[in-house]
Amino acid sequence: MATRDDIKFLSNPSIGLNRKKYCRFKKYGIKHIDYKDPDFLLQFINEQGKILPRRITGNSLKYQKKMATAIKRARHLAILPYVADLLK
Amino acid sequence: MLNYEVTFIVDPVLSGDEIKQTAQTYEDMLKAEGVSITHINEMGLRQLAYPINKKFSGIYYCMEFAAETGASIPKMELAFRRDERIMRFLTVRLDKYGVKYNQDKRDGKIGVAKKIVKKADKKSGRDNRSNNRDNRPPRAAAPKKQEPVKATPAPAPAAQEEE
Repeated sequence: MATRDDIKFLSNPSIGLNRKKYCRFKKYGIKHIDYKDPDFLLQFINEQGKILPRRITGNSLKYQKKMATAIKRARHLAILPYVADLLK
Repeated sequence: MLNYEVTFIVDPVLSGDEIKQTAQTYEDMLKAEGVSITHINEMGLRQLAYPINKKFSGIYYCMEFAAETGASIPKMELAFRRDERIMRFLTVRLDKYGVKYNQDKRDGKIGVAKKIVKKADKKSGRDNRSNNRDNRPPRAAAPKKQEPVKATPAPAPAAQEEE
């Protein structure tokens, strides 16, 4: 039988704490997003090559939009795929 | 002054001279239009993320230039469309931050620092993970592997406990 103390150790204590999200562009003063840099843009797309929403990336609206355009430009130039499987 | 940046993909089937010639023609064309070319970046042969015209790689070129007006852009784009050697192209107007970014990148301020940070992060992440796996005592590892196999019996004890 699992006692109350055991359960306390089994659960991850950091699960309940939600870390505050922030806009990395604002924080580090990145003003321009380069569409030719796939390594950087890869941080903002999921495994299927979809653009991650703002609620996950934590970007401010201004930079989320710029980031989305950069990804779309990269897709046009075949730097990033439109559709993919197991991108990461 | 308006700052532009045009990136285009040249057919990799062409020989090295032909590729350089292609880039040269557009450089000359822009110069003839009275445009000052800031920089030409030959990004070289790259793997495409998806096939274009049944080709899986292409030679990327990026030209940055400043023009008084945007009048030369449609002419250039028309030439790109008519040219069979060009697989794709994209013209972008740069704002002041874009110009600064490109300048910094040429000076090696951005690209180097960024890559080092990122690679370090990725490597450390991977190393940590592998270390964790390696450092895990064999006893802990062994039952974990077995657990997924016994996936079906696992819920049963839990149910019993609830009872």
